[in-house]
Amino acid sequence: MLETRRHCYCCGNPAWRQARDEFADDMANLIDLANPTRFMRFSAALLPWLAGVSALLLAVGFYLAWFVAPPDYQQGETIRIMFVHVPAAWLAMMFYAMMAVSALGTLVWRHPLADVAQKAAAPIGACFALVCLVTGALWGKPMWGTYWVWDARLTSVLVLFLIYLGIIALWRVLDEPSRAGRAVAILTLVGFVNVPIIKFSVDWWNTLHQPASVFRMGGSTIDGSMLWPLLVLALGFTLFALTLHMAAMRAEIMRRRVRTLTILEAERLDRLAARAGSAPA
Amino acid sequence: MCVTGAFLAILKRDLVLAARAGGGGELALVFFLTLVVLVPFALGPDLNLLSRLGPAILWLGALLAVLIGLDRLFQHDEEDGSLELMRMSPLPLEGAVLAKGLAHWLTTGLPLALVSPLLGLLVALPGEAMLPLAATLLVGTPALSFIGAAGAALAASLRRGGLIVPVLVAPLTIPVLIFGVSASNAALGGTVPFRTPFLILTALSLAAVAVGTLAAAAALRQPE
Repeated sequence: MLETRRHCYCCGNPAWRQARDEFADDMANLIDLANPTRFMRFSAALLPWLAGVSALLLAVGFYLAWFVAPPDYQQGETIRIMFVHVPAAWLAMMFYAMMAVSALGTLVWRHPLADVAQKAAAPIGACFALVCLVTGALWGKPMWGTYWVWDARLTSVLVLFLIYLGIIALWRVLDEPSRAGRAVAILTLVGFVNVPIIKFSVDWWNTLHQPASVFRMGGSTIDGSMLWPLLVLALGFTLFALTLHMAAMRAEIMRRRVRTLTILEAERLDRLAARAGSAPA
Repeated sequence: MCVTGAFLAILKRDLVLAARAGGGGELALVFFLTLVVLVPFALGPDLNLLSRLGPAILWLGALLAVLIGLDRLFQHDEEDGSLELMRMSPLPLEGAVLAKGLAHWLTTGLPLALVSPLLGLLVALPGEAMLPLAATLLVGTPALSFIGAAGAALAASLRRGGLIVPVLVAPLTIPVLIFGVSASNAALGGTVPFRTPFLILTALSLAAVAVGTLAAAAALRQPE
């Protein structure tokens, strides 16, 4: 935990004192940004721009993906599913990494917005994991002849989705936000340590149980006519996800304010009732 | 009162509680037996099929038997206040968690591993696979207990934990299940030597004891 001390007890060295004061100023700035009120103002200004740019990028990207990119010589029109599938997979993983950083923020730095960021990220990451799985299944039916195979990568994403669901479930059952934030942060970090192990074991399990019977896209180079729409869409989806995330964080902060106000109001009414009850006696 | 004394006291207390208050070891064993008995009714009595699936059935049964009772691991202590005493004792909370996890394993994982050869008879497991299977359960179940302890600690303050602990813990136990079953299958014959998955399983168990203890203690510690 970082801690800024106003006074240095150990020495009066001016150079040290200056360094200490600068450090304290930096910390104060960081804490200013972490201030929920500041965040609300900052995000209110940023949100329309973020939403606008992501809508624009998604529109351009989808236009490119639908009308400009050629159908694949092997996979035909189904390749267009990839333009949604691949960004969704990236984002599902990116949001988990973001949640892990937020979890560190909750546990180590006690950043006041960290658990808000984490709570807002979980459903979005889960949605992208689900989109990735569903689009993958839709692509798999014509290409592989089946909606689902227990391929190592598919299985890993499915497990990631399950971990997301567990995290959301834990948020739901613990109602006091600070306590829930801590518990979920620990779960997120344990999951984060586990994800590479799960990936490794699923690869092992997969090679053990079924040899590579599945057609793979291979790491071959993607032609520019397909790469550009993919990159534009990936950027568009990322900004879209960040827009959703910021909006969800704002909603969560307001929800906590409402919760606090409700508790205060209930306490006030309690006191009033107690006074009214005791007055006649 | 030294630290080891406190550790042993918690261990002994949990073992005695499990023995006297029921709901501990025997019940997990009965549950394990019931699950293994249910499987042939679902799959059919074909012995060839059952013997091929045997290690998987026994491992799944052990996993479920460990998961089912987990939500009570810290809940009672939280309710009756003994967890508060453990928080204040000279023993670090990690030590208390280690003792409780160890007691949990001694009353569930260890008996399950010991009776698994008997249950192996029910699923027509070949004789030469019995001992390796018991060995994988012996080595692998500590991982289940300690990953489970982390999950149980997260839900310790819930009045009705119920399904939440298995939902949190089950995805994290996938590696243990994979290597436990593949080591047992390797003993039945196959391309992979028994040693490789068995050593990985051991490593997973050791890592789970360390990570699970730390995570559970962090979850139980009161936020200041």
